Parts: sequence; structure tokens; C-alpha cells
Amino acid sequence: MKKLESSLTNMIIVLVTVAVVSGGLLAWVNNATETPIKEQDELALANGIKSVMGVENLTVTANDELKKNIGGKDYTFVVHKTSDSDGNFLGAAVESTTMGFGGDLKVLVGFDGEGNLLGYTILQHAETPGLGAKADKWFQKDGKGNIIGRRMDASKPLVVSKDGGDVDAITASTITTRAFLKAVNQAYAAYADQDVDAASGASKQVKDITGDDLQDRAAKCGTEE
Amino acid sequence: MNYIKILLNGIIKENPTFVLLLGMCPTLATTTSAQNGMSMGLATMFVLICSNIAISLIKSITPDKVRIPVFIVVIASFVTILQMCLKAYLPEVNKSLGLFIPLIVVNCIILGRAEAFACKNNSVASLFDGLGIGLGFTVSLTFLGIVREVLGAGSVFGVVLLPETYNILLFILPPGAFITLGFLIAIVNKLKKA
Repeated sequence: MKKLESSLTNMIIVLVTVAVVSGGLLAWVNNATETPIKEQDELALANGIKSVMGVENLTVTANDELKKNIGGKDYTFVVHKTSDSDGNFLGAAVESTTMGFGGDLKVLVGFDGEGNLLGYTILQHAETPGLGAKADKWFQKDGKGNIIGRRMDASKPLVVSKDGGDVDAITASTITTRAFLKAVNQAYAAYADQDVDAASGASKQVKDITGDDLQDRAAKCGTEE
Repeated sequence: MNYIKILLNGIIKENPTFVLLLGMCPTLATTTSAQNGMSMGLATMFVLICSNIAISLIKSITPDKVRIPVFIVVIASFVTILQMCLKAYLPEVNKSLGLFIPLIVVNCIILGRAEAFACKNNSVASLFDGLGIGLGFTVSLTFLGIVREVLGAGSVFGVVLLPETYNILLFILPPGAFITLGFLIAIVNKLKKA
């Protein structure tokens, strides 16, 4: 079959037809995959909440979105409150985002009612593979910078050992470590704030954790990793 | 034309990574581990086969002057379909390849094969060409990924072989990609001459 001549009408007809057919195909696939994608996202979040709370059977009782302005920047947190099958309050898993070495670092951190750190998982990161990307294991219970089980305290945020704290930084990835700890500290601050609202000042003193403190530390860090 | 010959042509004689040196961006960026390299290769192969077939089918109704836009629309559609399917059924793969899935649209291997092969041959031959080139790309990326993962992280497909002390971090980082690729191309050239 001979090629169609490149006349204006032919070109327009062919381009429009191809675009319309592709558009239709995409709409159909989008329609077919929309539900599975949503389910996968929900499943990933549900599994994340379970793993950071360290409990298999739990129900998420509330998903509160919380915006805070810390040191002139807006941060968004999502606090997933959880309770066990009998309805007892277990604590909350908090989504928190900070700026890492390569982009946004989004973590999910679990706290119990007393403010103990139960677990964490990294939801999204753009850290250097082999360096900062090790954060997913580094701070876990069997990792070198273990922070699981720490009692969070507003006046004593988690600080990397290089800045005078007691958390070991990931080898050659101090910036990632700072960003991670900042995310955890801010997650706790958001969680503590939530508590104040819900339980009328039961943990009032923790409300005073300011981002300034953390910001100062972040400002101090140079460009070395 | 012999279909087996077309298939082998893509894997050996015109291997996209080691001989044609096409599609270097995903090659260098996604081969930090064998797993990632292989996923990227397979994803590209899927798009390549689909677009090769589609383009060979519509080649006679495509006026020459608009063929590039038409090809790009076809390729972009398949890439978007791939991305939706990965998100829905293989979220892990989607997460580890991330941005590089949509970037398959501008992978020059795919447009290159559309121009050089699919718009001149029938759809069965184009299917074999897509399969061959796709396999060649997958094998190369997996191999590159294995070398980098062994040297940089001491493991293959996530199975740890060497303790952390022996890891050469450089090979996981971008310079390691260039170094590994250079040496592999040299070795392939040497083998081809012999």
C-alpha cells in the first residue's frame, strides 16, 4: 500500500485520529486500573501503620490532617490515631515530611500514648542509594542508629551525635540523618499537639517544642554529607 | 527475512547498550542494582514491542511529515498504560523505578526502532525486532546492574555475598555507572573482534 500523501487534510485527519484512539485507550485503562491503584495505596498505608505500631490487630480511628508553620515553613502532618480491637487507644502513626539530601523525605512514625517511639518506615525518599537510602534500616531496632523504644521528650529532641546528640548518623550521610531526625521530632510535635487538643492539656508541656530549635540545627549543617 | 536472525540481531549484533549506545540515560541511572536494571529493561521491552507492532500497522496511513508526532503519541500512550498497570499491580517496581518509567517516552531506542525498523517492515518482523532489541537491552542492564551491585553493595538481586566492609560505594553512585559501562563496552568489543 502506498503511503498517504502529506497534504494538510491528511496530516490533520491522521493526527487527530491517532490522538483520539490513544485517548480512548488511555481512558479505558485508567478506568480499569483506578480501583486497584487506590487499593494498593490504601494497603501500603495500612501495612505501614501496622508495622510502625508493632501491632497486627488495630483499627484506625481517625486520620487528622494537621498543618503547622515551623520556622516560617509550612509542614503538613497526617496523624492516624489507632486503637486495638477492644477500643483502647494505642497511639498514633504520624506522617511527616522534611527536606532530605535529594528531595522530600517522608516518614511514618508510630508513637504510643506515653510518647514512646514504636517504629518507623520511610514512605518516600530521594536519598543517595548506598548512602542516605540506608535510612530504612539504619534506625531500626537492629540497626546501628537504633531509635526504636526511645521516650520522646519535647525538650530533648533526637539529635545526631555530631551535633551533640546521641543518635549515630548513617555513615557519610549526616544530612539525611538530620533530615530524618527532624522529621521524627516534628512528627512527635504534631502528635503531641494533637493530644493537647483531644485530651485537654494532658501533655501541655510538650507543646512547647518549637521548630526554631530544629531549624537552628538544620541551618548549622553545611553541605557535607 | 528470517525472524530468528532479527531476534539475535537485537541481542548481539545491534545490542542497544553495548553496540548502538542508545538509551544511555536509563542505562546509567537505573542500574544501581540487578533488580532495578532488569525491571527497567523489561518495562522498556514491553513498550518497545507494543509500539513497534502498532507503528508497523499504521505506517501506510501515516503521512511522512507527521510521522514523528504520531509515533510519539503512540509511544507515550503505551508508556502511560504501562505506568498505570505497574502502579496497580506491581507497586514495588513502580516505586523503585519512579520517574524513569514516564521517561521511557523519550528513550531513543524506541523512537529509533520505530524509525529504523517498524516503519519499513511488517508487524511480525517488527514484533521480533522489538523482542530482540528489548531482550538485548534487558540483558545489558541486568548485567550492568549485577556488576555494580556486587562491587558496590556486595550482593546480587538482594542476596548478600560480601560483608559490608568490602563494598566500593563508588559503583552505586553515578561515576560507577560510567566506569562499569566503559569497561563492559571494551570487553564486548574485544570479544566481538576475537
